Amino acid sequence: MTIKGKAYIAGIYEHPTRHAPDKSTAQLHAEVAKGAIEDAGLTKADIDGYFCAGDAPGGAWPMVDYLGLKVRHVDSTETGGCSYLIHLGHAAEAIAAGKCSIALVTLAGKPRTGVMPPRAAGAEADFEAAYGATTHNAYGMCAMRHMHDYGTTSEQLAWIKVAASHHAQYNPHAMLKEVVTVDDVINSPMISDPLHRMDCCVVTDGGGAMIVTTPEIAKSLKKPLVRLIGHGEAMKGPRGGKDLDLTYSAGVWSGPRAFEEAGVTPKDIKYASIYDSFTITVLMQLEDLGFCKKGEGGKFVADGNLISGVGKLPFNTDGGGLCSNHPVNRGGMTKILEAVRQLRGEAHPKVQVPNCDLAIAHGTGGLLGVRHAASTCILERV
Amino acid sequence: MAEAKKYPAPVTNPETAPFWEAAKAGKFMIKRCTACGEAHYFPRSICPFCFSDKTVWEEASGEATIYTYSLMRKSPTGPYAIAYVTLKEGPSLQTNVVDCDLEKIKIGQNVKLVWKPTDGAPLPFFTAA
Repeated sequence: MTIKGKAYIAGIYEHPTRHAPDKSTAQLHAEVAKGAIEDAGLTKADIDGYFCAGDAPGGAWPMVDYLGLKVRHVDSTETGGCSYLIHLGHAAEAIAAGKCSIALVTLAGKPRTGVMPPRAAGAEADFEAAYGATTHNAYGMCAMRHMHDYGTTSEQLAWIKVAASHHAQYNPHAMLKEVVTVDDVINSPMISDPLHRMDCCVVTDGGGAMIVTTPEIAKSLKKPLVRLIGHGEAMKGPRGGKDLDLTYSAGVWSGPRAFEEAGVTPKDIKYASIYDSFTITVLMQLEDLGFCKKGEGGKFVADGNLISGVGKLPFNTDGGGLCSNHPVNRGGMTKILEAVRQLRGEAHPKVQVPNCDLAIAHGTGGLLGVRHAASTCILERV
Repeated sequence: MAEAKKYPAPVTNPETAPFWEAAKAGKFMIKRCTACGEAHYFPRSICPFCFSDKTVWEEASGEATIYTYSLMRKSPTGPYAIAYVTLKEGPSLQTNVVDCDLEKIKIGQNVKLVWKPTDGAPLPFFTAA
């Protein structure tokens, strides 16, 4: 059994807002759902599967009711920022099994102007909560150890932000459109050593949605055909404290599964959407996915290698989470959306990768330095 | 320094109560599996490695080395150092490095256990050895 080629992304929508004091979270979900359904050329009545994660107010059943959906398949897998990459894989599984034929996946929320629900406590709470792990310092611990083990530098990490900023200048909706330099990044205030302010992503209100469907239905619609040909998911944590190694992510497991299913290798990839909660997140994931050897990510990302039209691996051509959008502190959805734009040829002309027929969308969720999930999607233009 | 920082009392549960009872007596306990021989932290009743239920409490030395750390500078209660330290007995755990010059922390540095009071059982932290 494989999901290779059994599900197509027929509709996408990214909310243009980055600041939504005048909207509710459920409303943002409805607006992105409407956008994706219209992009696909479908109607709400066509939707028979719904996927959402922890950002959906109240979970799946209040959202299905609020949106006025009538579905025969539902999935509320919650793995933080990579939930939507996992949803894409699970939607393909459900479609391949005949459990639904047109699935809607939504993400939306208001971290800037609303209240964010607290993270649920796990069995570790009494043994960890008091120590103040946040996204910044949990990723900072990964960066610190990566630098110790492999000689990675702040300048190398800064190149990731520089590349994202080069792309964001062409995105009218990007929160940060200014092109920055390596010096700008390493001279920005230290937030949690060794991560500077510009090593961190933006915090934005907003959201995104996609429609996943069967090959037959996708071919009956008007959009360029983009299909999922490989998917992987995995989780990693300290696991009782044995052989702790914070220099790799669960991408070392999700990546090879996705590449094997797709029957392609990192060398074949024309465009990469890589979750960029922090610069170190990108560097570690590129290594884990096999774009370079472990420990060589610093050299790989330096000197503009991730800039479209300049380097060998154009990444996050919308400006990514580092510059454009990171709705609800969850970057997985926007990674898929820009990959689909690239495969459709709908990216901004200044960053569009020529003849882009194979792309990867990959992300993590949770805290990279503590417990996290990872998911990898390989997408192909047919 | 954040000497006035107040830490939350552990909630505890039937599985972990012996750890917190020992903590009140100043003893830092880990779990070891008598089936596979591996030690782990935080304590579970069933071994996370071989899944045997033959796990026993063992007092740890409190000696450790810093595996990694990050000095969080944006905090309403002042900068603090989150870290993973690796116990002499094997397992690594998340903690804060406290009561020493946080600017001089280094990976590989030797640290030792210190307890910090809460309204319930004390919590384990580490400081320069």
